[in-house]
Amino acid sequence: MNSIYFDHNATTVLDSRVLARMLPWLEMQTGNPTSRHIYGRSARDAIEDARGQVAEACGAYASQVIFTSCGTEANNFAVKGITANRPKMQILSSKIEHPCVTRPALAMQALGSVSRQIAVNANGQLDLAQLTEQLNIPTSLVSVMLANNETGVIQDLASVAELARTAGAFAHTDAVQALGKIKLNFTDLNVNAMTISSHKIHGPQGAAALILDKRLDIQPLLHGGGQERGLRSGTENIAAIVGFGAACELAATNTQSFITHTLALREQLERGLAQMKVTIFGGQEARLSNTSFFAIGGIEGETLVMALDRKNFAVASGSACSSDSSEPSHVLLAMGVDADVARGAVRVSFGEQNTSKEVAEFLATLQDEILRLKQLTAMAA
Amino acid sequence: MAYSDKVLDHYENPRNVGTLDKNDPNVGTGMVGAPACGDVMKLMIKVNDAGIIEDAKFKTYGCGSAIASSSLVTEWLKGKTVDEAYAIKNSAIAEELALPPVKIHCSVLAEDAIKAAVADIKAKQLAKASA
Amino acid sequence: MSATIEMPVVKDTFNADGHAHDAQPIYLDYSATTPVDPRVAAKMIPYITEHFGNPASRSHPYGWTAEKAVENAREEVAKLVGADPREIVWTSGATESNNLAIKGAANFYSGKGKHIITVATEHKAVIDAVRELERQGFEATYLQPEPNGLLDLTKFKAAIRPDTVLASVMFVNNEIGVIQDITAIGNICRENGIIFHVDAAQATGKVDIDLEVLPVDLMSFCAHKTYGPKGIGALYVRRKPRIRIEAQMHGGGHERGMRSGTLATHQIVGMGEAFRIAREEMHEENKRITHLRDKLLHGLETMEEVYVNGDLEHRVPHNLNISFNYVEGESLIMAVKGIAVSSGSACTSASLEPSYVLRALGRSDELAHSSIRFSIGRFTTEEDVDYTIKLMRSKIDKLRDLSPLWEMFKDGIDLSKVQWASH
Repeated sequence: MNSIYFDHNATTVLDSRVLARMLPWLEMQTGNPTSRHIYGRSARDAIEDARGQVAEACGAYASQVIFTSCGTEANNFAVKGITANRPKMQILSSKIEHPCVTRPALAMQALGSVSRQIAVNANGQLDLAQLTEQLNIPTSLVSVMLANNETGVIQDLASVAELARTAGAFAHTDAVQALGKIKLNFTDLNVNAMTISSHKIHGPQGAAALILDKRLDIQPLLHGGGQERGLRSGTENIAAIVGFGAACELAATNTQSFITHTLALREQLERGLAQMKVTIFGGQEARLSNTSFFAIGGIEGETLVMALDRKNFAVASGSACSSDSSEPSHVLLAMGVDADVARGAVRVSFGEQNTSKEVAEFLATLQDEILRLKQLTAMAA
Repeated sequence: MAYSDKVLDHYENPRNVGTLDKNDPNVGTGMVGAPACGDVMKLMIKVNDAGIIEDAKFKTYGCGSAIASSSLVTEWLKGKTVDEAYAIKNSAIAEELALPPVKIHCSVLAEDAIKAAVADIKAKQLAKASA
Repeated sequence: MSATIEMPVVKDTFNADGHAHDAQPIYLDYSATTPVDPRVAAKMIPYITEHFGNPASRSHPYGWTAEKAVENAREEVAKLVGADPREIVWTSGATESNNLAIKGAANFYSGKGKHIITVATEHKAVIDAVRELERQGFEATYLQPEPNGLLDLTKFKAAIRPDTVLASVMFVNNEIGVIQDITAIGNICRENGIIFHVDAAQATGKVDIDLEVLPVDLMSFCAHKTYGPKGIGALYVRRKPRIRIEAQMHGGGHERGMRSGTLATHQIVGMGEAFRIAREEMHEENKRITHLRDKLLHGLETMEEVYVNGDLEHRVPHNLNISFNYVEGESLIMAVKGIAVSSGSACTSASLEPSYVLRALGRSDELAHSSIRFSIGRFTTEEDVDYTIKLMRSKIDKLRDLSPLWEMFKDGIDLSKVQWASH
């Protein structure tokens, strides 16, 4: 495929250095990490090395890292597991959360909890006043994502965590999009639990982690052989975990160069966009340096994405997980964006391999496509 | 489970495996533990008239640490007086073999085996004296 | 064909053990996990390098290629077990499949009743999922198997109550390899309107599975016991008559809402390829493995005081579980470092408790402790078996020379009558 890939917030290509570390475990691996013979023990050692690398990359202790199969599982584990062992109270999240936080929160309503979502302002920032007010009601958990997958807007998590703690609630953050893109430190964020995932940082799919304050009494999602200190049963996916560890090591060392590189590309992109009557969502806020989410008046996003695809540009019209549906982005609706404008949204998310030349080509193609689509629409009208 | 080099050495090359004549009035036997607990230790000591342990033999059904603990104490016992033997503490065994916490009970069993063997020889000596 | 494939090796160094195989113990722990077949690995690797898309991305070819690969793999998995691809739901492994099936079905049908029947020798993932449901207000019956490991159907029938909603029985036991009569149990469930779940993690590639005719509603699979990668499994959910389950992981609504979460395309591809190979080669492979297992059995059963655990007839040929009396289990494991085997299930090896499966068969603690599970597979050779027999015989002799119990047994003392000093 010769496509130019601008969809790094959906998933990323596996780094060849990560693959090199995984290959022994993919091709020659034998050994269940729970077994006591040498095969099992070397698998166990590999997992513990990876645990250290993951901890290092997100400012946590190795003993706080619980491996899961994906970010969705880690978020479900956090939301259901933390609230299951507390008195049934309110669960707070935000209106821009990924469904794998809000849906388990809704599922907990069947067991007596109440799920509420805090609003965001027009720039995509959480309404802290509303959070403060809601926290007057007894709350078991506050889950707010650190960086939004669509807009890239970064939340003031330290304040969220502080408000939650003061109110006696636990705080969880979905930091899947933040890992490797900003300096991430679990201890400094002051939250009780944090989700990170491998395949967003050039690691393999099949591994993620919940970083967890060990003092929390959490209910496992999966029961069985008692792996991961009894908190996540199931034979460990060694190859993916080793890859996750290697990807974390690379991401931690490359964060600054990633920011510098992608920021330059985005500035180039947004300078070009400025001449095309576009709205950039969350553009006024602290955002991930690699993300630009914009809409072009009068053009449907899905149509534009398909048109760009024919020209070999892989971009997204929303988050991959919801691109099954043609519903406008729930994130943009929460920001008060008109549904028609929201449908026209296109997300570009850069990676380190993208170049300035690619951005220039993209801008030229975009201009052509906009012109063509507008003519089509005009003819239809 | 990681074993220390000393445990591995005693396990691979156990010292003084075997039995002494249990009917010998100078031989004391201590058998402690139970199969259901996963370890049984049999320790035999031969004591001369001066009260010095001349020989010690063992047989152990148990994990590597249990085998190593009993093998080690047979080495320690030779040349000691019965009272010195009685004073051996499990902590010394555990320390010498670098036993992890989960295996401390093996050193306790070895200490119990010594005490049982000493009690047996003392009972025999008492019987001999009163006879 | 399989004879030309070499056993993949772990590169790590290994402390010399003073025998011919000091660098690399012989792997006889296929029931804990199998090595990835090199053909499976070869098929997977392009999907982590070139075709790395998120299968849920519908807007560009990266996503489409991934989705197509996922669907091909789903077909392969379905084919091995006689299912419709639409009945296969991907999961992260058998533990998740078992949790999803049991909690998902029990929660969905809890209005029909709150009693569950399972077996004491099930995998921990089944037992613990049922225990969790008990905490939520369900009641459970844990049936004891017969001493040969098989379920007595009259006892199963007797356990059924009007409010029994779900039964979960494993196809092939992970520790002793016995095969339950799934057809008969399933028919009883059908007659009584009970949803029937089967953990088939240890069955794929070893026994024929045809869900077209098997009266089973939910069946768990995983890849890493059948020469596929770890971290991927599947749950079969019957469509006719349709079985419903409540999702346990919520989110993007992947897998028709039954299991959300980004799926690892290369792992799914690996599972598909592993199951394809299993379908094509299992009958030939089983003949070879049966021959090896019989050889191992004959080499060991001629020793004194050895006991085979579990029925030998209703059993997969890959498994041989033997207790060596008067030898303690952990020292036995230390003694046989030249081979990689399990004492009890790998998932519980970290604990010092004797195998609960062997206890459920009525074995004494001592015999349960002194058991070894030899599990053989695709890359096991005649030489491996010869070496294993020689090693076992010499090490058992050595440990018995050390054992006061063996000495007493040889002296004709009845150990059950001995008054043991408590400690």
